Amino acid sequence: MTIHQTSLGRRRFLVSSAAVAGGFSLAFSIPFDADAQSPVKELNAWVVIHPDDKVVIRIARSEMGQGTLTGLCQLAAEELECDWTKVTWEYPTPNENVKRNRVWKNFSTGGSRGIRESNHYVREGGAMAREMLLAAAAAEWKVPAGELKVDKGVITHSSGKKTTYGAVAAAAAQLEPPKEVKLKDPKDWKIAGKPVKRLDTLDKVTGKQLYGIDFTMPGMLVAAVRACPVIGGKLKSFDAARVEKMPGVKKVVAIDGNAVVVVADTYWNARTALAALPTDWDIGKLGEVQTETINAMLKEGLDASEAFVGNKVGDAKTAIDGAAKKVTATYSFPYQHHVTMEPMNATARYTPEKCEVWCGTQNGEAALAAASEASGLPTDKCDVHKMLLGGGFGRRGRSDYVRQAVLVAKEMPGMPAKLIWSREEDMTHCQYHPTTMAKLTGGLDAQGNLVGLHIRISGQSILASLLPQNLQNGMDPVVFQGLMASGVESAYGYTVPNLLIDHAMRNPHITAGFWRGVNTNQNAVYMESFMDELADAAGQDPLAFRLKLLKPKWAAVLKAAADKAGYGKPLPAGHFHGLAQVMGYGSYVAGVAEVSVSPDGALKIHKITAATNCGHVVNPAQIERQVAGSFAYGLSAALYGEITVKDGAVEQTNFDSYNLMRIDEMPKVETVLVPTGDFWGGVGEPTIAVAAPSVLNAIARATGKRVRNLPLMHHELQKAS
Amino acid sequence: MAVINVNGKALNHNADPRTPLLWVLREQLGLTGTKYGCGIAQCGACTVLIDGAPTRSCQAPVNSIGAKKVVTIEGLAADGKLNKIQAAWVAVDVPQCGYCQSGMVMAATALLAAKPNPTDADIDSAMTNICRCGTYVQVREAIHAAAKA
Repeated sequence: MTIHQTSLGRRRFLVSSAAVAGGFSLAFSIPFDADAQSPVKELNAWVVIHPDDKVVIRIARSEMGQGTLTGLCQLAAEELECDWTKVTWEYPTPNENVKRNRVWKNFSTGGSRGIRESNHYVREGGAMAREMLLAAAAAEWKVPAGELKVDKGVITHSSGKKTTYGAVAAAAAQLEPPKEVKLKDPKDWKIAGKPVKRLDTLDKVTGKQLYGIDFTMPGMLVAAVRACPVIGGKLKSFDAARVEKMPGVKKVVAIDGNAVVVVADTYWNARTALAALPTDWDIGKLGEVQTETINAMLKEGLDASEAFVGNKVGDAKTAIDGAAKKVTATYSFPYQHHVTMEPMNATARYTPEKCEVWCGTQNGEAALAAASEASGLPTDKCDVHKMLLGGGFGRRGRSDYVRQAVLVAKEMPGMPAKLIWSREEDMTHCQYHPTTMAKLTGGLDAQGNLVGLHIRISGQSILASLLPQNLQNGMDPVVFQGLMASGVESAYGYTVPNLLIDHAMRNPHITAGFWRGVNTNQNAVYMESFMDELADAAGQDPLAFRLKLLKPKWAAVLKAAADKAGYGKPLPAGHFHGLAQVMGYGSYVAGVAEVSVSPDGALKIHKITAATNCGHVVNPAQIERQVAGSFAYGLSAALYGEITVKDGAVEQTNFDSYNLMRIDEMPKVETVLVPTGDFWGGVGEPTIAVAAPSVLNAIARATGKRVRNLPLMHHELQKAS
Repeated sequence: MAVINVNGKALNHNADPRTPLLWVLREQLGLTGTKYGCGIAQCGACTVLIDGAPTRSCQAPVNSIGAKKVVTIEGLAADGKLNKIQAAWVAVDVPQCGYCQSGMVMAATALLAAKPNPTDADIDSAMTNICRCGTYVQVREAIHAAAKA
């Protein structure tokens, strides 16, 4: 088959609505509105208005289910004063961003930053476009712009004149943008702040939504990959002759010295041949690493003399030594996998003049850099066409799969190739949630006041694994998420007169990465479980004990959750409450879990009540969904999430060995929003951190047993006798 | 060439007879709404109806289909009108990333065909699909809403 040499599939893709029987569905491009040849001119980088009043809002961040796309469109549309029912969207490409001096700024979509960090300039884009549209109408009517009114994209003047955004957009696009615009007071919002429906739902219930794995183009081949089962190992040899004659096989290649790839006409043929391909690996000493050896490495760090200090107040050791009562406990948290429903994949086409990639990515600019590096072409000769993501959770912030796809495409200049990871490949070659342990020691005075606290964390650093250039004199500050001394991102909420939180970095060979919620997840398990242990030792109620120590914003959100849950009031027989709170991703969150444990040890999580203060609420319905989803994600991890290592390799390969929560285990979730309106916080991640500790604390109330090592599936939960 | 009946049409394909139906749908017939999630019939992303029964197409060799009627997510809407499950999914705004939702909608369609008024327990036992975004609360709500529609 010959290759289409048109600029096929520039930017956003549509697919013919009826898939063609007996053939591939054809992806085709619609012209990007900034194209020089397009009659429709943009008002600015963020807003394009068509003559039929259709509003196109450009979104630089990636949509992966978290709703950022809809939220940013709401914010731009709010300032624009357009008709929400006419709003649609498109992704600019990273290459376009390079060419236009990063006019869309950051493409990276992680850390729950999509809305909180870009709301200001996206709103300004909408407001500037509005001013230009009004100025164009005013010029046409020869009246002062200040006399015009606009509602839902319809401009009116007291003289009776009336026009629409679509009618004046072309003239407006010729005007100089205003130097400054005043943004609306959120109390005047009509579109933002409201529970509007997502913009990307319909195609997801009809099967029309294209993800990276669905992308196709004429002449495209499909590749299956197997990397060394031990991360860090190398490919020694492979016997291509054994599979080259198998049905559909086009090519068998090694890439990066650590993986083999079979390229075929279909994925099924590529995968079948790959399964039959003999390979030999060089894993060296890594083959001696077991989960037990990793755990021993971490245990040693719990009492090591050297550690990075992340948070220090007074003299914790002296205060604890002199305390009336001393409490100590050691916790551990395993490696976990993101498990996006869509396995990693990317399509690439390489020629000596150009390298293009089509994929889901949380970081279009990083994917562009990876394409450039793997292809050897400068970034202005590369581009990445972003597809919607079948889940991200931090995993698609990395571009390892993009690199592989480009390396394969480079082996076949001109031929587009889609590289798909099997679930097994995906499960065993991740950047896993890091494993850590923590030893917590607290001192109480005779009245049960917390006078000193030492938290020693031992374990893996994500920065050391992925971004060593970001370490600060060897220290990984991200390790202290939720426990940091100050700051607007992830600060510790308790006021403890003598406090020491430090980290003994211990880095096994398993690659660690950012996993939805990242280090707040285990830090909240350690801190919030131990707060209950301290409260018990002090003979105090865990809520009252916390409220005495918490700073106002942290206390308010915990109290909101507790009030809504009816904490302290009678529960159904056998039901127990557990609490947890954390600040993360710029937001304050708390959860109250209601659980029961049957006499034979069966856990039932009946209900979660969750409170969130994310400052500003852009879409309450979507926040509710992110909060409920965070409990599904966090509880799935608490119940089942565990990656183990045998002979250097990850043992879990698919959902039969890495279980995940289904609907039958999902509790009811009640969400309370308590926004204070004085900051912008993230929503997609913070709540995950309170899922596990709130349930662990409730289990301890129900059974008298304190679970200190996750996942819960390894624990017998019968009542302590 | 072999023929299978998908969404009311007899369609030709030339896949090896042992190829899972999933990959025939996706790679031979261009019906990419049916998703690959695990390949071992665990996650349900590939759920289709075979003679009305919800089936994980990743573990159904295409030569086992014979003359049975296959319905995929693309075949649910008749003349562009969403079926009542899909309509409820839109009304409740269920999907987040959406990747598992084809399988969810197919499983729910089969559930309502068998039990027009499912209880929560019926939903728990029929809906074994995995969703990683955690749309379970909305999935349950939408199934109840569809039952009332």
